[in-house]
Amino acid sequence: MFKKFTKEDIHSRSNIKSSAQRGLKSNFVGQFEDLEPIIDTIIPKKSQVILIKCEDRIQLYSIDNEVVLFQHFDSNLMPHLRLVHQYPECFPRVQVDRGAIKFVLSGANIMCPGLTSAGGQLPEENLDEGSIVTVYAEGKEHALAIGKLIMSVDDIKSKNKGHGIELVHFLGDGLWNMRE
Amino acid sequence: MEAKQVLYCDVCTFPPEYCEFGLSFNRCKEWLQANHSDLFNKLYSEEALANATSTLSIEKEAAITQDLAKKQQKEEARIERELAKKLSSKVTIKRIERNKRKHIISISGLEVFDIELKKLSKQLSSKFATGCSITKTADKKEEILVQGDLSEEAKEFIEKLLQEKGLDEVKVEQIDDKKIKKKVEQIEEKKTKKK
Repeated sequence: MFKKFTKEDIHSRSNIKSSAQRGLKSNFVGQFEDLEPIIDTIIPKKSQVILIKCEDRIQLYSIDNEVVLFQHFDSNLMPHLRLVHQYPECFPRVQVDRGAIKFVLSGANIMCPGLTSAGGQLPEENLDEGSIVTVYAEGKEHALAIGKLIMSVDDIKSKNKGHGIELVHFLGDGLWNMRE
Repeated sequence: MEAKQVLYCDVCTFPPEYCEFGLSFNRCKEWLQANHSDLFNKLYSEEALANATSTLSIEKEAAITQDLAKKQQKEEARIERELAKKLSSKVTIKRIERNKRKHIISISGLEVFDIELKKLSKQLSSKFATGCSITKTADKKEEILVQGDLSEEAKEFIEKLLQEKGLDEVKVEQIDDKKIKKKVEQIEEKKTKKK
């Protein structure tokens, strides 16, 4: 989504209403329940969230000139990688093997074998398709990408073929490199 | 729950453990060694490197590292080329006569230096209290037009700006558009008169 993303793709910026900000927070907590105790540190009550509308119906939410959340059309809210690095425990995680890192960092979708091989890891419980996961790598501490499941976790384990995760945001993409 | 503090590499902006997959690995390494030697030792000591070999087969691993090395080399060459280009290019400040006593100056050749023209034009206009605009020239490059005869001041300003970027050796050239033409015309006129 952000592989080719530059400043030219930004259309408008506007402050959002405080009621919309409250809604945004409850939405985000609804998606990632572990965030509940810290949501007020991520989006403080008194802060002003700025909505940045971009090409292709992408919406970024930024606080203090740092993008915190983003959203495509009215799909799920997704955290910026910097937020994931700060609170890694709050998001569901998957892990790819070392061979896949290179491709993930150039924006490729993640194939099932990269997740099921010895270096990869999938959560024990099932996650449905369409849910947001953070992608980690074998032997590394921090997340390197955020993706959306195209297949449910059970399907990935059983079928083990084809695209498993659609990559949304990764280290070094346009959103990551965007500085305001 | 506390927020984790994550260190990011100054060179490639990744967390340092991912530097090896970036395009500026060597420079990242140097930076890390200079600024965070403890982490450098943790990531790049021989012991750590031995542990880092993964579950992949050796051939695959070799192919990956080779590929990365190639890309990194290319990137380095590109950066060098760009620097050379920056150093060899120059900024021209042209003074153009509009009326007998009124002039505008045009500044061109700035786009090579990653300077945002829009911001600079705003700066110039507030500093010199004049109008300032960006226009496209015939060869599709952008230039800044400043109202008023300010070529000396503008030259100083731009030299300072370039110095801040560490590019002192870039030449700033001043051209007086009308005078040269006039001289030529005068000479030609004289010639015709002589005839």
